[in-house]
Amino acid sequence: MKPSKPYRVFRNSALVVVVFALMAPLLWMVAASFKTNVDIYDTAKAFVFSPSLKNYETVLQQANYLQFIGNSLWVAFAATTLSLVLGVPAAYSMSRFTMQKSALVVLMARVIPGVSLLVPWYYVFSNLKMVGGFSVLILSHMFVSLPLIVYIMMGYFDGLPAELEEAALVDGLTHIGAFRRITLPLSLPGVATAGILSFIFSWNNFMFALVLSGSDTKTLPVAIFDFVGYASIDWGGLMAAATVVTLPIMLIALFVQKYVVSGLTAGATKG
Amino acid sequence: MSAVLTPRTDSPEAPPTSLDTTSAWSRWANDYRKWLFAAPAMAFVAVLIIFPVAWTGYLSLTDAEGSVRAESEFIGFQNYLDVLTDTDRFWPAVWRTVLFTGVVLFFEVILGMAIALLLWRPFRGEKWVRVAILLPLVATPVAVGMMWRLIFDPTIGMANQLLAWVGIGPQPWLAGQHSALPTTMFIDIWQWTPMVVLILLAGLTSLSDEPQEAARIDGASSWQRFRHVTLPLLMPTVIVAILLRGIDALKTFDILYATKGRGGGSFHEVETLNVYAYGLSFDYNDYGVSSTVLIIFFLIIIGVMWALTYRKKGLGR
Repeated sequence: MKPSKPYRVFRNSALVVVVFALMAPLLWMVAASFKTNVDIYDTAKAFVFSPSLKNYETVLQQANYLQFIGNSLWVAFAATTLSLVLGVPAAYSMSRFTMQKSALVVLMARVIPGVSLLVPWYYVFSNLKMVGGFSVLILSHMFVSLPLIVYIMMGYFDGLPAELEEAALVDGLTHIGAFRRITLPLSLPGVATAGILSFIFSWNNFMFALVLSGSDTKTLPVAIFDFVGYASIDWGGLMAAATVVTLPIMLIALFVQKYVVSGLTAGATKG
Repeated sequence: MSAVLTPRTDSPEAPPTSLDTTSAWSRWANDYRKWLFAAPAMAFVAVLIIFPVAWTGYLSLTDAEGSVRAESEFIGFQNYLDVLTDTDRFWPAVWRTVLFTGVVLFFEVILGMAIALLLWRPFRGEKWVRVAILLPLVATPVAVGMMWRLIFDPTIGMANQLLAWVGIGPQPWLAGQHSALPTTMFIDIWQWTPMVVLILLAGLTSLSDEPQEAARIDGASSWQRFRHVTLPLLMPTVIVAILLRGIDALKTFDILYATKGRGGGSFHEVETLNVYAYGLSFDYNDYGVSSTVLIIFFLIIIGVMWALTYRKKGLGR
């Protein structure tokens, strides 16, 4: 049945309000990143201003952001890859053999507050003089990525019929061969979903890098604070930095929207 | 393929011929694949998660502070006594955590449900609305905090500018001692309502149309259909949304740190348990006390989760 006309008018106006409320702040941030600080302080120039790339020059050249972009990419990529290598087979085992207790332990990691790991980690790794290096940072991001990947992949493997593997066994493949040649290729959309989500969460992660990164290894969310001084804030630079951090991840999310949505809502409808 | 196509003449107990050519290692790997697949991930979890959490438990019973190399002494439950009687920092932080989580969950679920219902049936331009829903969700929380910091700036921010146009005086927003926490709640609601929308929308889409149709034929109004048909069927998904958002809301850190800095501001206006524990650990290096706060915090999270899943089971019956 087609919705009535009054309802459609109400729905469309309500959706316009929703879209405006969600998009306007982001557009405002991007607009401010093209304003000089003088223009930001001048409320008469809120909407009409002459765009300037000066803030981006500051961010990319003086503030050394190219290096921090590289750091963020490397940490997110390494944490995601390692978590996939560890997490996908584990999720398969936990799904096929219904290892509920083991699964619960991995998933508990989603519940534990990150600070409660940071204290012992800081203890151990500062004694090993490893704080400030990439390896500790990557391991800490795996704390977020691995449980996420196991959670998404378990749901995915649960949904694959066991008959496919049984058929492969009848055809003479070993159990591991059946996993490698049948189940794994079939679950690639799930692996993509889990990998993309893990990348996004790692890119956005702030607290671990705040404690465990050094001045050469810091990631973008930590580097944003370079623009916040005790006395004053370089608003133009800050907004350009915020745009540099968020824009790449928003673009990635748009291109692979389907995967992001299915990852974020994984397990939501099983009840 | 031939094994399937040609009739078997050997007895069913005989192993398939292909296994004969595989090595002992491969046979062993197949027999123990359950543990072979799970072991690396479980080792990671044991060494880097369970062990640290256990150590946090131990530290909470010591007076560890200052340098990580300093000697510490076992002092039993003294930290717990100190923390649980601390009405200056601890209990206000508990209250702020509970208040923050309760308020944002309330608004995110109500708004999320409303928006999900608007998006439920297909319409033109749906694609663009979905993009708008997704963007806040994937934006880096620290950058989102900075973005709102500019908008809510008392002198140059757009928020007060908008209020001025409708004749309302400037508000202190994040800078005010009493308005800071509600403002951070607003930011959280802005960023995470879309998450609830996506989860509820997935739930709505998976519902069958038949109960709806039956209720319509029986003459139920659209509110009655929502209240007595859609909502009860959707309840398990609502609980999942509350559970997932609730865990993250209790642990909110990034936007609080980005907008108010260390210690939740100069008057600890937005100091929740997570911000408090972070400050104790890495601003004051008071590891013993911070571990105590963390263990209590952890127990609170587990308690909330248990209560919610218990309720979920009750509803399922």
